[in-house]
Amino acid sequence: MSTLTPAPTRPPKSPEPAGRSAGTGRVGGGLFDPKQMIASFPDALRKLDPRVMVKSPVMFVVLVGSVVTTVLAVMNPGDRFGWAITAWLWLTTVFANLAEAVAEGRGKAQADTLRKAKTDTVARRLTGTGEEQVAGTDLRVGDLVVCEAGDVIPGDGDVVEGVASVDESAITGESAPVIRESGGDRCAVTGGTKVLSDRIVIKITTKPGETFIDRMINLVEGAARQKTPNEIALNILLASLTIVFLLAVVTLKPFAIYAGADRQTSLIVLTALLVCLIPTTIGALLSAIGIAGMDRLVQRNVLAMSGRAVEAAGDVSTLLLDKTGTITLGNRQASEFVPVRGTTEAELADAAQLSSLADETPEGRSIVVLAKEKHGLRERHQGELSEAAWIEFTAQTRMSGVDVDGRKVRKGATGSVIAWVEEQGGTVAPDARALTDRISQAGGTPLLVAAKDEKGARVLGVIHLKDVVKEGMRERFDELRRMGIRTVMITGDNPLTAKAIAEEAGVDDFLAEATPEDKMALIKREQAGGKLVAMTGDGTNDAPALAQADVGVAMNTGTSAAKEAGNMVDLDSDPTKLIEIVEIGKQLLITRGALTTFSIANDVAKYFAIIPAMFAVAYPSLDKLNIMGLASPESAILSAVIFNALIIVALVPLALKGVRYRPSSADSMLRRNLGIYGLGGLIAPFIGIKLIDMLLTLIPGIG
Amino acid sequence: MSPVLAGVLQLLALVAALGLSYRPLGDHMARVYSSERHLRPERWIYRAIGANPSVEMRWPAYLRGVLAFSAVSLLFLYLLQRVQGALPGSLGFVSIDPDQAFNTAASFVANTNWQSYYGEQAMGHVVQTGGLAVQNFVSAAVGMAVAVALVRGFARSRTGELGNFWADLVRGVVRILLPMAVIGALVLVACGAIQNFSGIHEVGQFGGGTQQWNGGAVASQEVIKELGTNGGGYFNANSAHPFENPNGLSNLFEIYLILVIPFALTRTFGRMVGSLRQGYAILGTMAVIWIGFTALMMWTEFAGRGPAFELAGGAMEGKETRFGIAGSSLFSVATTLTSTGAVNSFHSSYTGFGGGITLLGMQLGEIAPGGVGSGLYGMLVMAVIAVFIAGLMVGRTPEYLGKKIGTREIKFAACYILVTPALVLCFTAASFVLDTPAHSMTNSGAHGFSEILYAFTSGANNNGSAFAGLNADTQWFNSTIGIAMLLGRFLPMVFVLALAGSLAEQTPVPETAGTLRTEKPLFTGLLVGTIMIIAGLTYFPALALGPLAEGLAA
Repeated sequence: MSTLTPAPTRPPKSPEPAGRSAGTGRVGGGLFDPKQMIASFPDALRKLDPRVMVKSPVMFVVLVGSVVTTVLAVMNPGDRFGWAITAWLWLTTVFANLAEAVAEGRGKAQADTLRKAKTDTVARRLTGTGEEQVAGTDLRVGDLVVCEAGDVIPGDGDVVEGVASVDESAITGESAPVIRESGGDRCAVTGGTKVLSDRIVIKITTKPGETFIDRMINLVEGAARQKTPNEIALNILLASLTIVFLLAVVTLKPFAIYAGADRQTSLIVLTALLVCLIPTTIGALLSAIGIAGMDRLVQRNVLAMSGRAVEAAGDVSTLLLDKTGTITLGNRQASEFVPVRGTTEAELADAAQLSSLADETPEGRSIVVLAKEKHGLRERHQGELSEAAWIEFTAQTRMSGVDVDGRKVRKGATGSVIAWVEEQGGTVAPDARALTDRISQAGGTPLLVAAKDEKGARVLGVIHLKDVVKEGMRERFDELRRMGIRTVMITGDNPLTAKAIAEEAGVDDFLAEATPEDKMALIKREQAGGKLVAMTGDGTNDAPALAQADVGVAMNTGTSAAKEAGNMVDLDSDPTKLIEIVEIGKQLLITRGALTTFSIANDVAKYFAIIPAMFAVAYPSLDKLNIMGLASPESAILSAVIFNALIIVALVPLALKGVRYRPSSADSMLRRNLGIYGLGGLIAPFIGIKLIDMLLTLIPGIG
Repeated sequence: MSPVLAGVLQLLALVAALGLSYRPLGDHMARVYSSERHLRPERWIYRAIGANPSVEMRWPAYLRGVLAFSAVSLLFLYLLQRVQGALPGSLGFVSIDPDQAFNTAASFVANTNWQSYYGEQAMGHVVQTGGLAVQNFVSAAVGMAVAVALVRGFARSRTGELGNFWADLVRGVVRILLPMAVIGALVLVACGAIQNFSGIHEVGQFGGGTQQWNGGAVASQEVIKELGTNGGGYFNANSAHPFENPNGLSNLFEIYLILVIPFALTRTFGRMVGSLRQGYAILGTMAVIWIGFTALMMWTEFAGRGPAFELAGGAMEGKETRFGIAGSSLFSVATTLTSTGAVNSFHSSYTGFGGGITLLGMQLGEIAPGGVGSGLYGMLVMAVIAVFIAGLMVGRTPEYLGKKIGTREIKFAACYILVTPALVLCFTAASFVLDTPAHSMTNSGAHGFSEILYAFTSGANNNGSAFAGLNADTQWFNSTIGIAMLLGRFLPMVFVLALAGSLAEQTPVPETAGTLRTEKPLFTGLLVGTIMIIAGLTYFPALALGPLAEGLAA
């Protein structure tokens, strides 16, 4: 049963309260430091390679344009205007590369840290007879290796023998050690991490070079980056717009000759017009937006195995959330003692506390705490109960307790305890079953308490164990609902309990007594209805569901099978983060759309700058289109080109940080973004070009 | 009553009439294209052409039907003109030259009806009625069939099947166009349009001398010319001719005929995709552009300055006094925002801006409300583009009507929007690069430029109206405009059907609160903006050198 997340082995790296107030802009941006621009400049120059540039059709056109104007300027070296246009076209190209370089640069730093962890290790491989020393890179899948305190684990694998504390700071950045043990869901170890204590035997599960750390390095460096489906689609649209504008500009030459504006439409001017019209802003920033989106996840300690997964996260319409650890605090807590008729609450509390003293489970501890807080029962010391015989909970007996001073106390599942009382020849209070049913229906877990002493065997009452829903979860789910996302709570509880918690937490639906097969069936059912499903998981039996889900987030504490199956890994192993992942996915898509809209809307102003500049001589009436009152044809064209280049740099921080995102309905989001990036995109260049033109007039020879 | 008030009242009457027929006609068309039943005459037709109307077609099969049918039509119409001289009932007209016969055949098969001939001096009864009028029906029905196939692409899921082309074609003619044409023709005859098979009359003129009057089945051809957004007039003067369009009432009725099916198809669309409100959003987009263009046109035509304009109450040159500025403006906007191309006045004589409005109307892609069928599919492709660009801003990958707009879909939509600008700009530019085509211009400067730009805009967008002033009966214009008309008609259809096929295969995405609401006024505004910006950016330089230079100089 792996739908229950194991208690975190360490606190999440950046604990975020689950219930941050609704309505605050949540997904903030990553940090952006202008120095990164300067540092990435050499990389930007290196990217001028045409073989690299051709991947972005829009920017490739700009590169070709820059080369053409350079040739023209060289042929006519006295043409200051030509040189100015040439310089700014090259800058446009470089700025576009700079955006990508800055985005990648942030990943590079992370990759360097990871590389340090990947020093060549010597593995102690077990052979039939003993052990031999081999290089970590020579390990094969299925090899057994031994690691003792101080050893660096040579490769990814599962612990098959022993238990050890492991320092995983190399990959998670978290210094507190974690426990790794054979069997169960905490058996996975990662190559490059360090064993701090004890001895474990590890079965290698990954080939050298394909280990988790290798994949992480590739991911953060962007080496494995592939264009996502939506990015490809957007590139197609941008390419077709580029072709349209290419046609518009190429055909303009014969039109201009006919109109008598041959001289004003030199190849340099036409190239400038083309570069201004094609969607350079989004073309330049498109890949940076994608890289930055992945990077925002990395900053939250989530590794997405593909950009496709991040994009899918924005489209998710169903979230499967494990109850324990995500919706509830993880452990049930005793909330009240309910005595049967004829017994006092104090008597019940005393028996309950006595039976739980040796119970180190969180439930057991919570009983002791409740008894102390509510009934002032102090904790008895072990010494006082030296001759006590503790009865451990087993799956067969389904109860635990203690035999002390001739008194027997038992607590456990209703059926088992009633059977015990009857077996001891005692009486079962007639209202016992009614009490347990009431608690079950309220979503609690009833623990029946019985005792056998001088009064004979009898049921004393019921302990009400309750799941505690995390604070603020209801608001969060309401928010998700407004975003159009359905939440489904997954729990191993019975339907009654599940229903009560679902209602308390405010989720839309629940899946009770969930087996991995049920979970799989639910995912398939949702997907058949066209929905995209996100889930978290950590166990080996979660792996099929993780693979089936559109966004499968594996916990880093989970098994390697789970990590292999999912398309994201959360290094903090915090299932609540699923909600943030969805928000980052959405923010990525919004940023892409906003800058596309902005880029296209920009063109209107550029026409108003360049068309009158080219044709006002041939048709003086067209000077009326010069509504910005730009000083001269040269300054107008140059201003448009400069604006076009500078807007790229100006928008790099936005592309890297992502546009501000707050969860709300599609309608209000569209209205807001259309206002800012659509209308803003129409107006901003009019102001920008005018300002640049005013500055240019100060330079002699151009204005 | 002032002419402006009269214009507004005419517009209101038109809106009211269109509003009244919107529901019944839209619902009727939805039933026609969804029905399982075949009427008896339809069965005869299927038997005659050897088609099985019940088999579902995937998009390649549907496209093959469209292309095969159109190719046969093209060949038939070409041959009919080439042998006209040998046919009876040809009023003694000779056979048409090859380049003009090709141009005319392409023109009518492509639902364009560009005419480089003088109807009353070239085409006899047989070609007019048996060739051109037939194409007026079937080319319109082809457009509607393709539109319905795209609608089915949105409405259906997990299948690639788009319906049966032959059934859609035949039903479009038999159940929609024919009955409406019969009623419409009677109304036109009642208004005074002629309908006979008489020959050429020599009639004396007031000022001495004689002129020739042709008889002919004019009303029946006139009605389908407007109803099927064809536009090819029986006479060269087109709807300015009193036999075609006798008075103000017939004028208004003809405008109504032009607009009625394209607007009502949005309801058919809403019905078939199961959400009338989605249809209303598309209707709203079309209506905003149409009313906006009409208002602009009236404003610029009434505002004409100068003594001649002021005496006439506005720019009356090239307009019929029986229609006035209002009736002419309404007509010219309706005809260029649809693929009709019929004219009741001469667009070349409009003010600079007025001419620009007719040009821009066509350059938008004729989608507001557009040609029968072609308007709806053109608008839906623009909706796909709008959803793709702006839809990302709600934080989901784009989807429209529950269908994802992915790589395949955007590829087809992007190709669609490339076709007509490429044809218009390249052929116009070629006309100026080459030496001879420019000799066809009868004006110089910006106005002359507009003549050629208009010719190719009209051809590639399948409008068919002419700016007048251009002698288009040359080998260059006959062939290039012919090619532009064919490519401008059928290439987009290829992409539309491919898009439809791709959409029909998808599993629909359920609508949630996070879905872009495409039935809201906000989306209508977004769509209007996208259309204006995409078309505006494409044609702005060309428009600046033609109508803008002219209009701003006034």
